[in-house]
This record gives sequence, structure tokens and C-alpha cells, in this order.
Amino acid sequence: MILKTLAMLLALSVPAIAGELKARPDLSEKDQQRVITITRPTDNFDQAEAFEARPSGAGTPMGPSGKNSFSQHLQNLDATGRMKFNLGRSIFKKLWVSSPSTTFASDGLGPLYNARSCLRCHLGNGRGKPPNMKTGDARSFLLRLSVPPSTLAEHQALSSKSVSRIIDPIYGGQLQDRAIQGHKPEGQVTVSWTENPIQLADGTNVSLRKPKWSISNPAYGPIAKKMMMSPRIANPMIGLGLLEAIHPVDIINLSDPEDRNKDGISGRINLVRNKQNGKLQIGRFGWKATEPNLHQQASHAFSGDLGLSTNIAPEPAGDCTPLQQYCSNAPNGVQLRLGNSEVPAKPLDVLVQFTANIASPARRNVSAKQTLEGKSQFYKAGCINCHTPKFVTSRDAARPVHRFQLIWPYTDLLLHDMGEGLSDHRPVADARGEEWRTPPLWGIGLTDTVSGHTFFLHDGRARNLEEAILWHGGEAKSSRDQYKRMKLHDRNALLAFLKTL
Amino acid sequence: MKKMTAALAFIPALIISTAALAVTANEVVTNYADIAHASYQDSLNTAVQLKSAIDAFVASPSANTQTAAKAAWITARAPYQQTEVYRFGNPIVDDFEGKVNAWPLDEGLIDYVDQSYGQESDANPLYVANVIANTSVSIGGDEVDATNITPALLSGSLHEAGEVEANVATGYHAIEFLLWGQDLNGNDKGAGNRSWTDYDLANCTNGNCARRADYLVSAVDLMITDLEAITAAWANDGEARKDIISAGDTAGLQRILTGMGSLSYGELAGERMKLGLLLGDPEEEHDCFSDNTHNSHFYDVTGINNVWFGSYKRVDGSMIKGASLAQYLAEKDQVLSEEMAEKLKASLVAFGSLKTRAETIEAYDQMISEGNTEGNKVVQTAIDTLVDQTRSIERVVAALGIQDVTIEGSDSLDNPKSVFE
Repeated sequence: MILKTLAMLLALSVPAIAGELKARPDLSEKDQQRVITITRPTDNFDQAEAFEARPSGAGTPMGPSGKNSFSQHLQNLDATGRMKFNLGRSIFKKLWVSSPSTTFASDGLGPLYNARSCLRCHLGNGRGKPPNMKTGDARSFLLRLSVPPSTLAEHQALSSKSVSRIIDPIYGGQLQDRAIQGHKPEGQVTVSWTENPIQLADGTNVSLRKPKWSISNPAYGPIAKKMMMSPRIANPMIGLGLLEAIHPVDIINLSDPEDRNKDGISGRINLVRNKQNGKLQIGRFGWKATEPNLHQQASHAFSGDLGLSTNIAPEPAGDCTPLQQYCSNAPNGVQLRLGNSEVPAKPLDVLVQFTANIASPARRNVSAKQTLEGKSQFYKAGCINCHTPKFVTSRDAARPVHRFQLIWPYTDLLLHDMGEGLSDHRPVADARGEEWRTPPLWGIGLTDTVSGHTFFLHDGRARNLEEAILWHGGEAKSSRDQYKRMKLHDRNALLAFLKTL
Repeated sequence: MKKMTAALAFIPALIISTAALAVTANEVVTNYADIAHASYQDSLNTAVQLKSAIDAFVASPSANTQTAAKAAWITARAPYQQTEVYRFGNPIVDDFEGKVNAWPLDEGLIDYVDQSYGQESDANPLYVANVIANTSVSIGGDEVDATNITPALLSGSLHEAGEVEANVATGYHAIEFLLWGQDLNGNDKGAGNRSWTDYDLANCTNGNCARRADYLVSAVDLMITDLEAITAAWANDGEARKDIISAGDTAGLQRILTGMGSLSYGELAGERMKLGLLLGDPEEEHDCFSDNTHNSHFYDVTGINNVWFGSYKRVDGSMIKGASLAQYLAEKDQVLSEEMAEKLKASLVAFGSLKTRAETIEAYDQMISEGNTEGNKVVQTAIDTLVDQTRSIERVVAALGIQDVTIEGSDSLDNPKSVFE
């Protein structure tokens, strides 16, 4: 049912190739076969697969890894593309200031905001971390906010998908813990951790810390009892254009909402509204796959995180609500001469091109014995049922550099039930509280090198890769349990494999 | 080279070995550190002169004393911009840089801003939520006591705790804003036009003249403290000097080239110039209040030349000259060394033309405005020379066999083969 709906929505003519699997309309029959062959999961762990060291396909930068590993452009960009990448990068790291300032193109910050620049949260273009209550550093992290629908109009807005959630009437869609001069930040994120010891089959003890989130110093009135909060760290910025270029049919083919194949894993598409053309499309970006493309993702981040307006998020005061009147009336950075928003079309386009063209870096040690052993464990434990190793991107991708590339993202971009332990109890679009998008694993082994920490999962509760694995529940419970039963040697190999990604 | 050849002419040829001729990497790095020290010392000295001029201005505000303070600011920018090439590759410099040269500036946090700006036209109380106008300001949720405007207030409370980068209310550009005011001329001729009476206690315009003077004096005092620290860091036992010397020969050369390449390409050609052209934003330029951007760019390029040729002309006219990368490379690859020299000279010429145009025909903000074909072209030509010299820098890196040079925003040296397709 959902397959048919999707196919209709996406206006695809999709003949079946085998059983329920649909053929990709962008490929010739011959190419279709090539793609099927090359993307079939390997069963040979004696040696590395051809090309697996190049997660971004032809665009993979092959130089040594380091602090800048998440800041490299796809190598198949031409000179003009490279200069644009570079300009987009400067917008990504640009510090925005309050309005009005003489630097027209750099003002409009806030009034409420989480950071003055994109780079401030995406550490080294990599992932953010949870708040540190000792240092007070909560700058690469935020709380998404919403309330359950209470009126008919709200129910209708949700079911028609004109909105993905009902924002809090006072605090809006997320908590901004910063504000420009003269304004009060909405509050501060507070977390307390409870350690929960668990034991692996061989007797090894591991402790998982469970967070309890709250908002301290709420500045605009008490926090509603029914308010739902979803904690999020900033996502890594690599390979995003290539994820955007994965063909919808490939994602549809991987989805299995009714679990027809009875493997205990559903995989659901979050069908969301594309605000540019009004269509419903597959959500690909964000922890809950609520954004269908990078343009929309960036626009919403500008609005929610920096308080900057764009064409599709046109409120100059960002996430200020009517109940925060003072905030809504603040001076803004719109320059009609440059366009009707604080981030006009040109700079937004350059920024989006930058985010689309950051390469996922080359893998290290793909042929090492331990890597291959770990890879074998990864496959055997069923991790690849959601962390899909490879795709061949669409021939019809919007940007030529992303077309028909063999990529290795280790994600299916689908929502999966991850269990009660990870649930944020906050539905958004089609995603339930316990459902999360499979996060891509490419680059995960360079987290420490690039971003200076190893906090994983949506709220950074896991302090290392092992804890992250052990938090998996729901549909991933069986894989997690297999990890718990592994011998130390195999667990180490699996972790070593992840570190080569 | 000339000087050395002349000296050698007096020494009997027999006792000269090739080794004696060779410039060592260590000598190159040491001279680089010497130039850094001299450049920062000049920056500090001219900042101290700027302070005298500012003191004179606030003690007795007039059009003349204001003009003198502005002139002192422009003089102070010249040596400082020549130090920017030290920023990339030297972590100590990079950490420091934001304190004195952060841009853009949060003008509305510092002082009154024009109310006709943007879409708002009615008087709005939020236009005056600034430090100069208020003894208590809500900043980042904290009520900051701004009764006394001091360097400590500026360095402590006015920027976000722990945010080295987000220092948007201090440094050269804060002083520039307080001297010139907002440039409201758009693409038309003219810089910021703040009246000296903004500091006139007897007939104060725009209110809070005493507090504005306190801010101006505090900003220059703070900047002097910061410049003293970075000058000391490059002195004989200084932290920055020790850091690069102890990194070893290869790492030292690597830093020099990283600085040259990153400033050329990612920073100056890209971020500061091409972006402005692309956005058509008249104030997408660095020294936007004073319309001094042409000098800012010109001295950046001069700085790149300085570190390559191992020489620096000090503010007092004296020269520092020592072992250079140019010599070091020439001993290995004469042709490439000459190529690099030519590219650097070409960019200096192009930025010289840009500077001349700014001084005689139109300011930089006019040059980058949309539709100004001729002005755009001058800027684009200058950008092209930087892109071109970056390619040579990459060749130098390859020729010296130095790995791991990441030139910010630059083309990669490797040329990967197509995959799968």
C-alpha cells in the first residue's frame, strides 16, 4: 500500500524487477544489473572489496586523515565548483551579528539563537556533543520542542502534513539558549545522568548513562506539563549531497513498513512536505528524517538555530512565537535590495552547495586482518539490515558530481524502532518517539580526530562506540544481543572496523 | 641573494663548500619568527600611537582630533595586516587573532545604530539596547553590569564565554566603528560619517558621549594588551616562536606555506573578495566603516611576500632581511623558485592597482557593487592572481616533499581516478 502511494507521489513508473522490488527508472537494464551486482552485500571477508576505501566514490579525497577530514570537497568538482565550495564554507563559518549592522549580508542574528555560526555546532563539520554541566558548554546541542495536538485544526495540520509537529505556543519549535542584547534566552538545557550497569556474556561490565533532560531558568513563563522535548546533537556534515542523490526507488525498496519479510525489521519512510514545491517526499536528513533535501534542512537550521530567515522559513525573528512579542518585533536583517530574507537566495544557494559537496573521507586500513574480521562480525550480527553499506546514486541527481557514484554510507535513511530506551516520546511527521533514522556511519571513526570527542547517538549519551551499540533496542535488539554474546576478540574487531569508517 | 654573493666575492673560492652556501630550514624558520616579532612590534607601536591620538580626541573632541585619530588607525592597520599570513598554521596566532581582528562586528551591541535601516522605520526601543547607552544590559541572558566601561568588561562580558571566535565587540573594527560610525552610503561614495560631537561632552550628539569615549579608550587599551602578548610570544623565549622552532624543520616550513596558501586562496581570494563580488554587498568587505579595505587587502598580500622573500620593511623604514624560503627552494629548484617569485610580484602589482584605484577613482565597496563592470574586473583580476599563486604554492609544497599541508579551501594536489563508472 505504502509502496503504491509513494510511487504515485513520486510520479515514478516503477516496473517490478523481482517480487516487490521496483526497478530504477534512471537506469538502463544493463546498468540496473551492474548496480544490483555491485551493491549486493559481500560474503567475502578475506579481502577488502574493490572501491570500499572510497566512501564518496570518485569524489573521495585520498589524502591522510586529520582535523580537516570533514572539510574536504568532493574531488570530482571542477574549478568553479571548488571556488563555490570555498565560498559556501565561509558562510558556514561566518559569525552572524545582530541587526542592524553595516555588514548587511551578515546581520539578522536572533533575536533568539543557539549559535552565531553553523560551524559552532557542527564541530569541525562533524558532530556536536551533549551539554557539559560542569563547564556549562551546551553549544553543539539543542532541544526540539512540541506539544500534542489539541484542536481540530492542529490535528488537520498534522494529518495533511502542512506541519510536522505542533510547536509549543510559548517556546516554539526548539529551545534557544542564547539571545542578542536586550533579549532573554529562553532557558538553559539541564541534564542529569543515571548510570545503568549491564553485563556482557563474557562477564565484562559496561555502564550506560541514561539522561534526564530539563529546562532551567525558563524566561518566558513556566514550561507546559505536556511539552515534549527531543534532545539533539548537531549532525556531521559529510557526504550529504550523495545521500540526497540516492535514488528514491532504492529507499522504497529497502523499506518494509509491515515487515513482510519477517526479519523483525520494518524500516519506514518519513514522508514529509517539500516546502519549495509543496509535494510529499522521502525525508532524508535530520535525526528523524524530517527534511527532504539540503535546501530545506539548511533553511530550517538558519531559522531555528540562528534566527535567520530564508525563502521557505520567512520569519526574520526565527523561532520567536506571538507570545514572545518583544522578540518578534526586534529589528531584523532583511535587505529588500538583496531579497526578502536575511539569508537571500544567492548566499543560501552557495551554502547549500557547500553542504552538498563535502566529501566523506577515505577509509583507513580497509585490508587489515582485524578490520576484515570486524566487518564480518558487523555483517553477521545483522547490522547491515539497517546500516546499508552501499548504493549507486541516481543518474538523474541534480548535481553532476553526485551522479552514478558507488557510495558507502552505511544507512538506509529509513526510520527504525530503536526501543523504549532511546525513545524521545515526541512524534514528528511519521516518526514515532522510538523511531530514529539510521544514521550514516561513514566517517564515524574520525569523530575524535575531527570533533575532539566520541559522544554518539541523538543526544550524545553514548561515550564511545561500544555504548552506542549497547543502547540499540527495538528492531536492533537482536544485533545488539549478538554483540553482547561476542568474544572480546570479535568485539574489538567490530569496533576496529567501525573506526576505519 | 645579491648581498650574499657580494660578500662571498671576498672569500677565497677554495674554502667555500656548498654546505656553507646553503640556507638551512632552521634559518628560514628563525627569520620567519624574527619578521613576525618585528611586525607585531610595529603593530603594537602603532597601536600605542593610536591610543595617544584617541586620548587626545576624547580629551578635546574636534573635527581635527577625530581626523588625527582616524589617520592613526589607518597607520596602525598597515603593519597588522602584514601579520595575517602568520595566522594559518600557527595555532597560537589563530587563537589570538579573533581578539583583535574579529569581523563582522556586532554594532548594535556597542552603540546606537541607524533606525532607518532595514524595514523598520518607527523608533524602536530595541535599537538602543547597547552597552554605551545602558548601565545594565541583558547579554546572553545575563544582566551585565555595565556601569563602568573598562577593558575587563569588554574582554569578559561582551563576548560569549569560551567563544574565542565570537568576539564581536572588540579589536580594530570596534575602534573603527567608534571613530567612523556606520557606513550608510551603500554602493555610493563615502565611508562612515560619525560626527566628532558624538564625543563632545558639552554638546553631545546621540547621547552618552562620556560612555562612548570610555568604550573607545577601553577598546584600544585592551587591544594594546593583546598585541603586547602576541609580540612577546614571538620574542626570543616566546611561546609562538618556541612552538614553531620545536615543531622541527619540515613542520616549520609547512606552517609558512600553509599560511601563505590559506591566506591567498581560502581567506582573501575566497571569503573576503569573491564572496563580496558574488553577493553584491557593498559592505561585504573588511574595513567597512573606514573604507580602508584596499589597504587591508594590499598589506595582506605584502605579508605573503614578506614571508616568502624573508624580508620586511618596518614602519620606521628599516629593513629586516634574512634566510628565506625563496633561497631555500632555489637551491633545490631554481626554476620553481623564480616562478613563485613572479607570481607573488604579480599579485602585489594587481593589489597595487586596486589600491591606487581606491585612492583615486572609487572605494572598494563601490568596486564590488553589482553592475560596476570595470570595478568588478579590477577586483577579479586581483583574485585571479591569488588563485594563480596558490597553484605555485602547491607546487612548492610538492617540490619540497612536505606532506600534510592543508591549504584552507584550496584545490587538492592529488588527482583521483574515477571510481566505478
